[in-house]
Amino acid sequence: MDLTHASMVEIAQAVRSKKVSAKEVANHYKHRIEKLDKQLNSFITVNDQAETEAAKIDEKIARGEDPGPLAGVPFGVKDMFCTRGLKTTAASRILGGFVPPYDATVVARLKQAGIVVMGKLNLDEFAMGSSNETSAFGAVKNPWNLDCVPGGSSGGSAAAQAARLVAGTVGTDTGGSIRQPASFCGIVGVKPTYGRVSRYGIVAYASSLDQAGPMVSTVQDAALTLELISGRDERDSTTAEKKVPAFSKDLSTNVKGMKIGVLKEYMAGGLHPDVEKTVQKAMENLKSMGAELVEVSAPLTEHAVPIYYLIATSEASSNLARYDGVRFGHRADFGNLSAVELDQFYSRSRGEGFGDEVKRRIMLGTYCLSSGYYDAYYSKACQVRRLIRDQFDDVFKKCDVVLSPVSTHPAFKTGERISDPLAMYLNDIYTVSTNLAGLPGMSVPFGLSKERLPIGVQLTAGHYEEQKMLNVAAALEAVSPVKGEKPHVI
Amino acid sequence: MIDPKTIAHIAKLARLEVSAEEASRYSGDLSKALGYFEQISKVDTQGVEPLVTPSEMQPFWREDEAKREFTAEEMTANAPEKMGNLFKVPPVV
Repeated sequence: MDLTHASMVEIAQAVRSKKVSAKEVANHYKHRIEKLDKQLNSFITVNDQAETEAAKIDEKIARGEDPGPLAGVPFGVKDMFCTRGLKTTAASRILGGFVPPYDATVVARLKQAGIVVMGKLNLDEFAMGSSNETSAFGAVKNPWNLDCVPGGSSGGSAAAQAARLVAGTVGTDTGGSIRQPASFCGIVGVKPTYGRVSRYGIVAYASSLDQAGPMVSTVQDAALTLELISGRDERDSTTAEKKVPAFSKDLSTNVKGMKIGVLKEYMAGGLHPDVEKTVQKAMENLKSMGAELVEVSAPLTEHAVPIYYLIATSEASSNLARYDGVRFGHRADFGNLSAVELDQFYSRSRGEGFGDEVKRRIMLGTYCLSSGYYDAYYSKACQVRRLIRDQFDDVFKKCDVVLSPVSTHPAFKTGERISDPLAMYLNDIYTVSTNLAGLPGMSVPFGLSKERLPIGVQLTAGHYEEQKMLNVAAALEAVSPVKGEKPHVI
Repeated sequence: MIDPKTIAHIAKLARLEVSAEEASRYSGDLSKALGYFEQISKVDTQGVEPLVTPSEMQPFWREDEAKREFTAEEMTANAPEKMGNLFKVPPVV
């Protein structure tokens, strides 16, 4: 069995039927991480207990117990998820050596399903970035071209998955942080409907936008992972009571009669020719498989980047107030604590602990929420947010799934955009509206640029319509011109 | 224009120490970003209720029951400084 390129489903089946032990699988991937991650820097923490934990799954199987549908699947977890007993940093100095006493619900559910956590994956600090260059633990490299970024913020997840240092990963997506790196690294990444997946135990960035989802190698693996992490959680009051569909069982490549929306505003100008060709090719393929293409429009998406950054930074400035150096994380060294003023204690601990982009966003968000500016910025942004959501509600009256680019360009060079924050923010132009409207979206690999950099296409569906989106993705995957293409690091 | 005085005010509100170099950079960055964000003032939002969360469903409630999930040792294990099971902080009164 080719353990390196096997799907999660294949690995679990092999482990469950004792063709290979979970411990052997964990050992295989541990060696890959040791050998290859020096080049990528995709891991912040490697779990040195992985093989021991895998052995417990083998013992379960030996005792005749059900080891779960993901038995022995080696997983990487974005370092935004709390993992019991395993350091969780959000790629920030301010969390220091934080070791959570509990698992995030997503992690707990995946462990219940039998995964082996291989370690914690690198990201932009607090998921604030689109290139994985803002991490306090160094930039991550794209396995397709080590001079390029892997995208962000879930850049470590995308790079580790593409280079197959793990068989599956989970990431978080606040404005495109799953879909854009998935596109840049040639993997499948799904951001579920807001409310589908519990946010409990995920380091909060912007609570009304954050969602967690799978970043994996196949649509089938994505469907299965999504199914396992979804559903109401009494610890997150924004999770929906809705029944979770059997996404993986109901997965179908039949798109006959489906209406595929082409969003006018996302195809207008500024697209890299290879990105445009990739989306065109996906349209042609879907049409030849019997889907109907319809033009749709959501003109307010023009303002999506400003709306997103006003709301996300406002929420972040509030969420990140908890890092105060009192109960956990970095505390400035004052020597004699009794001579320190409280404000100075907070300010210095925070000033030392947060990185540059995080500080910039806290400042921007604090300004937007401050007296005299709240109405013009935060409140106004929330009003336009409603109008954007309403426009998407209308779009999904006319079509089942929207097909679009994920990003204007394939992966860019490391260092190319980091010095211009606004240019970096504009990377997110095609992904942020999905979060503002709370819709599910995903990226599925469908092209390669002339320079052999991956290009994904984005699929977006109506609220809680992930199945439709996954089915279109499965149809595209089946005819994908880049099937079997691998990054050179492998 | 976000001048250095405004930056100092925001930094104070955010309890965030910023160096003079950072303050000057953020002054430029924030001015540029907010200048670009100005475009939203063109959108007619009269009478539109702000949307603060995408799922406007009724949040569900559970019984307010105490559960013993963690020990005091576990809850204070990450403290930068502590005395026994208490967090050590600067004097506040």
